[in-house]
Amino acid sequence: MNRSPLVLPAVLALVLPLAACGSDANDGDSAATTTLTVYAASSLTATFGEIAQEFEAAHDGVAVDLNFGGSSDLVTQIQEGAPADVFASADTATMDTLVGDDLAGADPQDFATNTLEIVVPAGNPAGITSFQDLAEQGLNLVICAPEVPCGAAAQAVADDAGVTLSPVSEEQSVTDVLAKVTSGEADAGLVYVTDVEAAGDDVEGITFPESASVVNTYPIVPVQGTDESDLAQEFVDLVLGSTGQRILADAGFGPAA
Amino acid sequence: MSHQRQVGVPRWIYAPAAVGVALVLLPLAAMVSRVAWGDFLDLVTSESALTALSLSLRTSAVSTVLCVLLGVPMAVVLARTRFPGQGVVRSLVLLPLVLPPVVGGIALLYTFGRRGLLGSELDALGIQVAFSTTAVVLAQTFVSLPFLVVSLEGALRSAGQRYEVVAASLGAAPTTVFRRVTLPLVLPGLVSGAVLAFARALGEFGATITFAGNLQGTTQTLPLYIYNLRVTDPDAAVAMSLVLVVVAVVVIGLARPERSTR
Repeated sequence: MNRSPLVLPAVLALVLPLAACGSDANDGDSAATTTLTVYAASSLTATFGEIAQEFEAAHDGVAVDLNFGGSSDLVTQIQEGAPADVFASADTATMDTLVGDDLAGADPQDFATNTLEIVVPAGNPAGITSFQDLAEQGLNLVICAPEVPCGAAAQAVADDAGVTLSPVSEEQSVTDVLAKVTSGEADAGLVYVTDVEAAGDDVEGITFPESASVVNTYPIVPVQGTDESDLAQEFVDLVLGSTGQRILADAGFGPAA
Repeated sequence: MSHQRQVGVPRWIYAPAAVGVALVLLPLAAMVSRVAWGDFLDLVTSESALTALSLSLRTSAVSTVLCVLLGVPMAVVLARTRFPGQGVVRSLVLLPLVLPPVVGGIALLYTFGRRGLLGSELDALGIQVAFSTTAVVLAQTFVSLPFLVVSLEGALRSAGQRYEVVAASLGAAPTTVFRRVTLPLVLPGLVSGAVLAFARALGEFGATITFAGNLQGTTQTLPLYIYNLRVTDPDAAVAMSLVLVVVAVVVIGLARPERSTR
């Protein structure tokens, strides 16, 4: 019996550093009393960062915690009980998984679209000009693994175009594909238009007409069971409204159909 | 040793110790509870799983051989010689022990990558390291080498130089002393070091995914395979994770006896 008080310090010692890690994400906004946690696909990193700032500016005492990752990873985390209030996915299939598990607090709404683009290192050393060029022998092509949305899209575009891709590596996210291209290890990669825009001068984008056959749609939804359902809905409205749409369009996203 | 008078430990110390044990064992138990036993055999013997397992075993074996070939001389130099800056060299060589593997991957990329330090030389020789099985072996060797060096250096130091001195005074040349006296003396330490290095190579993930990429049969080792499947096929990922846990338990069993006799 007299041992139990001593368990507490042990548990605290374990948990406190973690809690400290978590609060770092608030950007030092210590005055905030309410936290809205938004889980969003990696490709939304820059735009949702901006939208979150707009949201915080408009809501006194509210801090937005952003958690970016592969859409499927995020859904797994939410299924395992992660405290997400809003979820924005990079494709509808992943959102369907969340809806299928009754974890969507409302009907998901499409807020943006994205298409694929060829990305090459600055200067395009391999001289890629078309989607067909990606099938060349000896080309170091890097794409996403078929299990993740960008890989599924790459596969679908290749099927539609009748081109067989033989990548040297199948990565887990667009960020990993970009890293291989910016470092010059890969001659070419397939990522979203918005990723090329965000990557800056280290890479060049090459648009190709076949990309129009596969358009990725981004849905967003408040998560079922959130304590902040009103705030979550307001965040969704901000993304769907003119401010959110302007920020997304500036980054290269297409409007939702 | 067993006749030594037992000094009691404070009673309260059991509480944090139990928390620590739970912290290690609970996640493992949770994982085992998720194993789909009905499909277990099918999952761990699927073609892609076997390809990843076989690639992991082959690359880890080659890395372990490289670790022995390079690590034994390193340990001998560190344990048996004196030179200026030795402490610094030892610390730096052991760096991969504490370095996040992803940092190691980036460092390797800047060394052996196309635009890396040795990139143009390798290119001239027609060797492309990135995205190849060679890259996997390099990454594994990079992270496992310190494990072998540490355990062997410890074994060399605790073995002392008495027998080596005697052998040398009887006229044995340094190479003979090394081969006939030093190596047999520290063989248990070498074996446990090699087993640890093998285990570390088998578990290598961060440096591999950063430096080598991920392609079935070429660079997709078991940890990368598990990482790939964790979302789309969690059952297969858990099944293969269990295989790795079993391998790890066997490895600890192999490496431990040598330690307790030291």
